[in-house]
Amino acid sequence: MSFLLHIEHLVAGWQQAATQPFDLMLAAGEIVGLTGPNGVGKSTLLAALAGRAKIFSGRIEQRPGLRLALQTQDVPPVDGLPLSGRELLALTGASDDGLPHWLADRLDLRLDRLSGGQRHYLALWAILQAPADLVLLDEPTNNLDAAGVAHLTAHLRERAAAGAGMIVVSHDLAFVHSVCDRVLELGAGDVE
Amino acid sequence: MWSELFLVPFLTGLCLAILLPLLGCYLRLRDEWLAALAYSHVAAAGALLALVTAMPPAVGGIAAAGLAGAGKRFFAAKLAGGASYALLLLGGWAVAVLLAANHPMAERLGHALFDGQLYFSSSEQLWLVAVCSLMALLLLRKLASNLLLAHVYPDFFRVRGLPAWPTQTGFDLLAALALALATMSMGVMGAFALVFIPPWLAFRRGRNWRAGLWLALAIGLLAYIAAFIVALGLDQPFGPVLALVLIVVGLVIA
Repeated sequence: MSFLLHIEHLVAGWQQAATQPFDLMLAAGEIVGLTGPNGVGKSTLLAALAGRAKIFSGRIEQRPGLRLALQTQDVPPVDGLPLSGRELLALTGASDDGLPHWLADRLDLRLDRLSGGQRHYLALWAILQAPADLVLLDEPTNNLDAAGVAHLTAHLRERAAAGAGMIVVSHDLAFVHSVCDRVLELGAGDVE
Repeated sequence: MWSELFLVPFLTGLCLAILLPLLGCYLRLRDEWLAALAYSHVAAAGALLALVTAMPPAVGGIAAAGLAGAGKRFFAAKLAGGASYALLLLGGWAVAVLLAANHPMAERLGHALFDGQLYFSSSEQLWLVAVCSLMALLLLRKLASNLLLAHVYPDFFRVRGLPAWPTQTGFDLLAALALALATMSMGVMGAFALVFIPPWLAFRRGRNWRAGLWLALAIGLLAYIAAFIVALGLDQPFGPVLALVLIVVGLVIA
């Protein structure tokens, strides 16, 4: 297996450090889960990998030419916007192959006419299926029902089998343990 | 109406009636519809300033709006939340009114700019507007996907290591220059009406983005043609008639 990402003693944050030193070696096709209590810095680590948060110490080594995709907890602002699901997928270069039928049938509707869960899954799909080698997912099961979680679990395994590496931040322990090859639990209360 | 006296102004406005509703859709996407008013007022002030310093008004208007559009990014951090557009609007209005109050020639041009007298367009202006509108439409088409992507996934460019500033600055400059050109031809409020009302309706009624663009274009064109005929037939200034037609269309469709 070839490595996609090598993280050594990474400490990241915004105005000040918000994580403990973090180490990770991620291979192509591997899914790593990050769990832990609120405030421990899981989302901050993803933000640092995506270049949003500040790196206070440590280093990140990426495979040359690595293409990243990031799904955040922010909901795309589509209220009042005449943008269809099909157009959203086209923007990121995502394919609609494999979409669950309850979404595939509604691709031509405006996103602001979909339910919260349908909109979330489509926004997630647009990132997940965008051409990328490393996919960073932050609480992907938010707003999803059981059918949505089951479909997402199966699809993440397919995406990994096709060679993509993934880091998944989630509070949903059952989901994380069912989909990830490794699960890292970040400790609480030890951020300086 | 088909004599050259009216055909030239009609075609000049027609070019803008195609460009402005489409531009307005992207301004509305970015929640920057106030920019239309701001750039129009800055262009008016620039045109009057050029007139009193013995320069061509069109050059002054376009240069002032272009500078405002390109320079806005440098103050973006301090002037967030639309403050930059409010300051540009107030500054442009204040300078334009003061110049008009203190210079007889500026007063006449000022009235034309704020009343929206499309009928004074010349053949040179038609060519300028036609060429610039075509270039603006081509540039808008090139920027379109990135503008949408930056709205729905603001981090996409950073995550991919792609620079976002060419899209942002390119669009700011495009909007400023297009609105300056429109202000010189159909006045401040005529231009604003075409930038604001058709996109507002398209966002409410469009089935998707592409259909929304077509709807905005159709509303803008039909309202423009109707306003031109009514204003010409009743011998009224064009800008206010266009605004009233669009308001009526807006209330009916919305």
